[in-house]
Amino acid sequence: MDYTFQYGQVWPYVPYLLKGAWLSLQIAFLAFCGGMLIGTACAAVKTFGSGWMRHGVNAYVVFFVNTPQLVQIYFLYFALPDMGIFLSSYMAVLLGMTLNAGAYLTEIQRAGFESRRQSEMEAAEVLGFSRWQQIRYVILPHVAKVLFPPLSNHYILMTLGTSMAAIFGVEELTGRAFNINSETFRSLEVFSIVAVIYVVVTLAASVLLALFGRFAFRAKMRVV
Amino acid sequence: MSELADLLTYYNVIFLLKGMATTFALSALGCILGGLFGTALAVARLTTGPLTLPLRALALVFTEFFRRVPFLVTLMLCFFIFQFSGLDVSTFTVGCVTVVLIGTAFLAEIVRAGLQSVHPNQWHAAETMNFTLLQTIRYVVLPQAWTVILPPAFGFFILFIKDSALASQIGVIELTYVGKVFNNRGFSAGVSFGVILVAYFMLSYPLSRLGAKLEKKLGSSRTR
Amino acid sequence: MAHLELDNISAAYGKLRVLDGIDISVGSGETVGLIGPSGSGKSTILRVLTGLLKPEAGQVRVGGEPINFDKPAEIRRLRDRAAIVFQQYNLFQNLTVLENVMIAPTKVRGRKPRDVRPEAEHLLAKVGLADKINSYPDQLSGGQQQRVAIARGLCLKPEILLLDEVTAALDPELVSEVLDTIRGLAEDGMTMLIVSHEMGFIREISARVAFMADGKVVELGSPAQIFDAPEKERTRDFVGKILRH
Ligand SMILES: Nc1ncnc2c1ncn2[C@@H]1O[C@H](COP(=O)(O)OP(=O)(O)OP(=O)(O)O)[C@@H](O)[C@H]1O
Ligand SMILES: [Mg+2]
Repeated sequence: MDYTFQYGQVWPYVPYLLKGAWLSLQIAFLAFCGGMLIGTACAAVKTFGSGWMRHGVNAYVVFFVNTPQLVQIYFLYFALPDMGIFLSSYMAVLLGMTLNAGAYLTEIQRAGFESRRQSEMEAAEVLGFSRWQQIRYVILPHVAKVLFPPLSNHYILMTLGTSMAAIFGVEELTGRAFNINSETFRSLEVFSIVAVIYVVVTLAASVLLALFGRFAFRAKMRVV
Repeated sequence: MSELADLLTYYNVIFLLKGMATTFALSALGCILGGLFGTALAVARLTTGPLTLPLRALALVFTEFFRRVPFLVTLMLCFFIFQFSGLDVSTFTVGCVTVVLIGTAFLAEIVRAGLQSVHPNQWHAAETMNFTLLQTIRYVVLPQAWTVILPPAFGFFILFIKDSALASQIGVIELTYVGKVFNNRGFSAGVSFGVILVAYFMLSYPLSRLGAKLEKKLGSSRTR
Repeated sequence: MAHLELDNISAAYGKLRVLDGIDISVGSGETVGLIGPSGSGKSTILRVLTGLLKPEAGQVRVGGEPINFDKPAEIRRLRDRAAIVFQQYNLFQNLTVLENVMIAPTKVRGRKPRDVRPEAEHLLAKVGLADKINSYPDQLSGGQQQRVAIARGLCLKPEILLLDEVTAALDPELVSEVLDTIRGLAEDGMTMLIVSHEMGFIREISARVAFMADGKVVELGSPAQIFDAPEKERTRDFVGKILRH
């Protein structure tokens, strides 16, 4: 392989790429927050809800968890217009990622709710805690500690997942890589730089999340 | 509905099934080869001493890199590397290399966590009897760790079925690509991608049920 | 000449200093007992002697040769000569009793299973487990596991045997069985360092006894001295409390 790397041509584009990375982070953040709202509501329904509501939530979760996000977004972006619903590519991606996240976060949170330890609850009861005090001092801290690591993990996966927005023409990090590639044709240079940006960004996010998790919830978290 | 009937001709169904098979093969290959290489990486990371430091560093960089770069970006990197290397390989091969690289990184972490779940006492006992690292892992640790490794590895396999949808971007004729072909042949996006979503579901859902059963069974059985 | 010598050994877990200038020597074929309160560092001494914990200072000598703990080859040599029976048994959970005993001689030393098997069966019979050779560790009682661990150590044909609380988990009947086994080894001239709370046994079997507290050897002497006429206040305290029980 006699390929000579010429990063010189691509360097000037780095600030442009970083702006794309910022957009990636925004998409991931918005989709995660939306997903958390859906996920918390659905997990609550699954834990406490009535029969038919649980079935509804189950159908939603099972469907989204067992199909690819990419095809879900294809459907939203290309099929909804036939029904008179027009979404911009950005909105289609955001909506798809949010719905997808909602399903996964439902599963993660339900597992967290279920991990409340019976013995702890009993201990709290014996100590004479009120219902609210039990939630405040026993259940919440425990659930937060158990949930934080898998939620952080999912957030990182979602940050990586935003790259499929490029396929719909959203100019986030990967999208901008495709743009530069078609201008300069320095494909390997562009995509290797982009890869490194993803590594650095997600590594930074992992470190911050692990520090926060340890500090706030005494969650056991490792970065590497 | 009549459109759906039009789509489901004999040849289209065969095409669809082939796409399903390719999707399945892609993630199976990624998990089987990735599992082998990943185990090697996991073991490399457990070595001690200055001699194997480069090995450890390499294993660390590999796993962290491929777990923190989006599928799409890794795919493009592989695609362009093959293109510039002048090797005339099929897009399917490029897809395979991509899934193996990513599978290796993720499974290395799963295997490493599994190995570390075996009580340090077991490692120490083997150590004091002069087992080498490989002997310890082969005779003592892996036989105890596989019940811990298998469920998340299987979960990753199911996840990979959906992630590999991105391979359609370089023209690998897997399930998502089949949907795009249907769409290009004039079928509406709703029907084309709807059928694909159902096909993914039929692939992923039974496997995820199997995975849940597996987890339950292994979880309740003892280490043998 | 002393078979096994610890010369001014200090060791720590991270920052926690656990051994502080330990001097003990065990003559060839001699049995030395190690007693002391929980947490005094007895198990840690055995960890050092099996190369699981590198001493911070001091020297370990086997047959007069100092062990360099930075050299893996020397640690392997040390482990070939000294076998340990752990306080928590540490049997391999995935292997049967017989496999547990046979695995190191066959896989590590490369001996033929057909040669090792009779030896393993003989040893297991000697510790009273002839009928359990195909059981798994989690199907055995604590005392049975303990005896498997002893057989496993012996099947390596060590020159030196390090025993950590081998009777701690046993009921009185089994204790006498295990102690008989160890007594037999002592008569055969095995060099042994034995950690135990079983004062009667330590007294009977040991040529010399070391009393440890807070990572130091407080007093080292004949069983008669340690148990009947301790010189140090700390020893008298400990022995007095134990014997009154
Ligand atoms: N793996 C470890 N990491 C950190 N500290 C340890 C470890 N193992 C033992 N210690 C500490 O080292 C000290 C000595 O422990 P050691 O196990 O040697 O005591 P011991 O004399 O064998 O006690 P026992 O009679 O209870 O078995 C204790 O304070 C203990 O807490
Ligand atoms: Mg101990």
